[in-house]
Amino acid sequence: MSQGRLSESNSPLSADQARRLNDALADLDARQRAWLQGYLAGLEAHDAPAVAESPAATPGEPLTVLFGSQTGNAEGVAEQAAERARAWGLDVELKDMASFGKQDLKQATRLMAVVSTQGDGDPPDSALGFYELIAGRKAPRLSDEHRFAVFGLGDASYEYFCESGKVLDSRLEALGAQRLCARVDADVDYEETATQWVDATLEAFAALSGSAAPGPASDAPGSVAATYSRSHPFQAEVLEAQPLNTRDSDKQTLHVELSLEESGLEYLPGDAVGIVPQNDPAYVEELLAALRLDGEAPFEEGRQLRDALLNDFEVTTLTRPFLNHWAEISDDAELRRLLDEESRDELREWLQGRHIIDVLEHFPVEGLEADTFIRALRKLPPRLYSIASSQAAAPDEVHLTVAVVRYETHGRARGGVATTYLADRVSPGDRVPIYIDHNKHFKLPDDDAAPIVMIGPGTGVAPFRAFLQEREARGANGDNWLFFGDRRRRSDFLYQAEWLQWRKTGLLSRLDVAFSRDQQDKVYVQDRLREQAATLYDWLQAGAYVFVCGDAERMAPDVHQALLDVIREQGGYDEEAAAEYLRDLQQQKRYQRDVY
Amino acid sequence: MDIIAKMRDVSLDELHPNERLKVDSHYLYGTLEESLADRATGAVNEADTQLTKFHGFYQQDDRDVRDDRRHRKLEPLYSFMVRLRLPGGRVSPEQWLTLDDNARRYANGTLRITTRQTFQYHGVFKENLRGHLQALDKSMMDTIAACGDVNRNVICTANPHRSPVHRQVYDLAHEISTRLLPSTRAYHEIFLGEERVAGGPQETGDEVEPLYTRHYLPRKFKVALAIPPENDVDVFAHDVGFIADVQAGELQGFNVCIGGGMGMTHGETATFPRLSDIVGYCTPDRAAAVSEAVMLVQRDNGNRHDRKQARLKYTVEALGVDGFRERVEEYLGESLAPARELPLTHNGDRLGWYQGEDGLWHYGLFVQNGRLADVDGGAQLLTGMREIAKAHEGDIVLTTNQNLIITQVPEARREAIDTLLADYAMTFETTPLRRHAMACVAFPTCGLAMAESERYLPSLIDRLEAIMHDAGLGDDAIIVRMTGCPNGCARPYLAEIGFVGKTLGRYNLYLGGGFAGERLNKLYRENIDEATILEELTPLIQRYAAEREADEAFGDFVVRVGVIAPTLAGREFHTR
Repeated sequence: MSQGRLSESNSPLSADQARRLNDALADLDARQRAWLQGYLAGLEAHDAPAVAESPAATPGEPLTVLFGSQTGNAEGVAEQAAERARAWGLDVELKDMASFGKQDLKQATRLMAVVSTQGDGDPPDSALGFYELIAGRKAPRLSDEHRFAVFGLGDASYEYFCESGKVLDSRLEALGAQRLCARVDADVDYEETATQWVDATLEAFAALSGSAAPGPASDAPGSVAATYSRSHPFQAEVLEAQPLNTRDSDKQTLHVELSLEESGLEYLPGDAVGIVPQNDPAYVEELLAALRLDGEAPFEEGRQLRDALLNDFEVTTLTRPFLNHWAEISDDAELRRLLDEESRDELREWLQGRHIIDVLEHFPVEGLEADTFIRALRKLPPRLYSIASSQAAAPDEVHLTVAVVRYETHGRARGGVATTYLADRVSPGDRVPIYIDHNKHFKLPDDDAAPIVMIGPGTGVAPFRAFLQEREARGANGDNWLFFGDRRRRSDFLYQAEWLQWRKTGLLSRLDVAFSRDQQDKVYVQDRLREQAATLYDWLQAGAYVFVCGDAERMAPDVHQALLDVIREQGGYDEEAAAEYLRDLQQQKRYQRDVY
Repeated sequence: MDIIAKMRDVSLDELHPNERLKVDSHYLYGTLEESLADRATGAVNEADTQLTKFHGFYQQDDRDVRDDRRHRKLEPLYSFMVRLRLPGGRVSPEQWLTLDDNARRYANGTLRITTRQTFQYHGVFKENLRGHLQALDKSMMDTIAACGDVNRNVICTANPHRSPVHRQVYDLAHEISTRLLPSTRAYHEIFLGEERVAGGPQETGDEVEPLYTRHYLPRKFKVALAIPPENDVDVFAHDVGFIADVQAGELQGFNVCIGGGMGMTHGETATFPRLSDIVGYCTPDRAAAVSEAVMLVQRDNGNRHDRKQARLKYTVEALGVDGFRERVEEYLGESLAPARELPLTHNGDRLGWYQGEDGLWHYGLFVQNGRLADVDGGAQLLTGMREIAKAHEGDIVLTTNQNLIITQVPEARREAIDTLLADYAMTFETTPLRRHAMACVAFPTCGLAMAESERYLPSLIDRLEAIMHDAGLGDDAIIVRMTGCPNGCARPYLAEIGFVGKTLGRYNLYLGGGFAGERLNKLYRENIDEATILEELTPLIQRYAAEREADEAFGDFVVRVGVIAPTLAGREFHTR
């Protein structure tokens, strides 16, 4: 053990006990030690006689694998955990925070929780109720019989990285439960970390329950059944990359069609595509120049540094871990000061519009080794795009709607990695690495007669094109209502001709649009929702499903508030009851969001 | 039998679909309110696209970007061409400022003088329609019946301020326009926001439109009045024409002509341009009644099955000139007097300064293709005219040759006007050839265009000018007109040299029209490009220079020497 040997002086053990234990521990590997940790914890929790019995006869209390998932990543990790737990012979229940109440929490004495963080540190939509529960006065009192482990998913480039994981971890402790394993916060390249966490945590729980034999190690991380996955993407041919806005628009949105031919990939409307992009070669050259490193310097297995920076690592987005790392390398007093807790606001402001290159130029380091720099980087994460097509309409294709991100900050032209990759660096005929990212939480109702309300300004409209293609192909007779918004009708109405055609054929029952810059006062989709309050409420009462897709920061909360207002005014509810109404919709999966 | 009686035994199903649209529109309301409220499209509902015409505007789209937008999955760039009803083409300076303001605020920043003495706006987006029409209304102008199956803008020989007779004829143009105006309140209620009259359009009966009935006309109907010897209005090219009989400065009456019209369809010889026939004579006080009677005969007898045969000229062909005239006399309750000899000598405009009978001055300003715009580094016609309207107290009058006249300028103010004209580079040295040329709008806005016209003719004129110059004809006029399709907006079938678009870059070449608008031309070469056009015309112009007789016009020359056979009646237009 790295901490050194046990002795009379550093433990409550006698010299003999310490010697015997040292001997026993000496040749244990990491996994065995983790198991032992749980086993000892189990001894603590249970009467000694129970442990003496055959572990197979008393598998112990059931393990609850709880997840709160927005895009399906957290759910994927939880599924992986549940599957592995079964292999360990554990009695396991997979639970969604969407329907996990007070009693459920009280009974979950063995709890493995996986939760993602959205935007500014928020839990997933489906977990909002659960978070209200654990934060509020109605939260159940737990005891040290309750053992838990938390895995958080997040994006380190956000200030409140893995916040919902942290909140859950600290709340469970505050309610009286005992942490079995330290929380793990995973960045966007979470998969390896997740597999390690699942295995280590299960060992600990297995030990607690006295399960003896570890199951076979899983070799494929994740539960994706398809051959192609995030770690093994399909090379999809670009069939078309068609700009949708007019030339005089201040926006650039691409309609991208990719071929899935011979991939065997399948998706449903509401799913997303992950694109593994390549960094901008020009930017990488700037980076190499700023670092005074040679792009042709060798890097791992005969590859060159330039190639690694292009393909393997995130080299634009700034994360706190990178800054910490850089502060260490540069030993720059100013940077250290910025990273102080007291400078939090100042740092936030400084980070605005800055990328890794700005840090390199601002806090230069002489004689830097390539490895030292690389170690500060995280892996280049794939970017997710809501799918804009239905396989029922385009069997061998997948369509995406990509807003090309370009802007200038601090005197430097910037661009989104994946969006400029698609806009500038790939052409029809090229291949891009993709995988399907399934999203169970954004799905058309099975009931073809159910009315749906789709609220998708900007590129948020993408999945609704898939929805309508799907409903058209299925011959679904339910009413469809689309709310779309953007800047200007004549230049920015994404897929306008298609919506109008669908309105003409009757598939699209209603089409309400808000173009913010077409008149003096800015008008947004939420304004149209309020204008249509009476009809909208009628639809809700008639069982309509509401789907919201697009910007998480402003649009989604504004739309949420508009929905609350509509329900309150039209249904004659007070604020609390309107919120309850909307929560109910969420519970019934009649209010689904895919916001980013 | 009037149209109401006639329609009792006819099913709308048998007629052209537009006939049902008119009837179902409840006197031109249609679903226009709904169309205007629809924010998802720049278009109006399909059926409403026919109705908007009756209110003076056409849905069009920018054909230059049509394909590009289709790829971008956007609908076409819809906008509206808005045409004013401006009988006689006169506007006050105050009205001019409104027109100018609307061009900048609601349209594409240009004003276009049409070949029928009014203004057209292009690029008016749906959401700007109401604002545009309301601003016009505030300035006592409207767009009612400027398009559609109704009586269109009534035109007359330009400039009411030239002489008392000109004023009388101008007033008559107004009287006819007012008398034949549709009565439905749709325009006022839908576009001007005026209150709905009790009952609403649903419940109203045929008394809503005593003249038109719910069937309106089979097709458009056009009236023109000419004051000899000028035939600037091309008086024979309209459904009804009146040729003024002026004796010793007094208006005595009019020769009445019926059955003119330009439009035809390529490849369909049953369609042809036709000049009207003089059928009689009436006194000034009966002219409006005659117009009405002619219109009603057409209302009740016009072809409602086939819109390509629905103009009055085909009704005249069907009933015979005498047959048609007899019906007119029957509706009128009196006979027309015998026509008089009233010679017309030319159809061009008077340009530059000239003096009216009251001693005031008038300035005829050449406006190439009628387009008032500000050209970068060139003529600032739009801004220049605005400045003139601010500085000037007299009216501004449009001509049917797409030019304008700054009228009623006292001697002392001439210099100020000249200065403004110079300051805004509004006048330039040009040839009679260019001054007489006319082109329709065509690309990018006109949905009917098969070839360029307004955007192309000026450069073709450059080349023809060179040929004329080389032939020693630099100071001579030949009437050249071009349209992008065979519907004839610039009256190309009356030109001495006419070009009618067949496809991008290719035109049919017509020769032999009369200089005074008295004879149609005839097809000379089909579907030719610019190189061939010049190849064909160069030797003809050279020969004209060498062999013409004194004062012989080019159109007469080519007929005389047998280059082309004369077209003596519309139905012989296609006979080679």
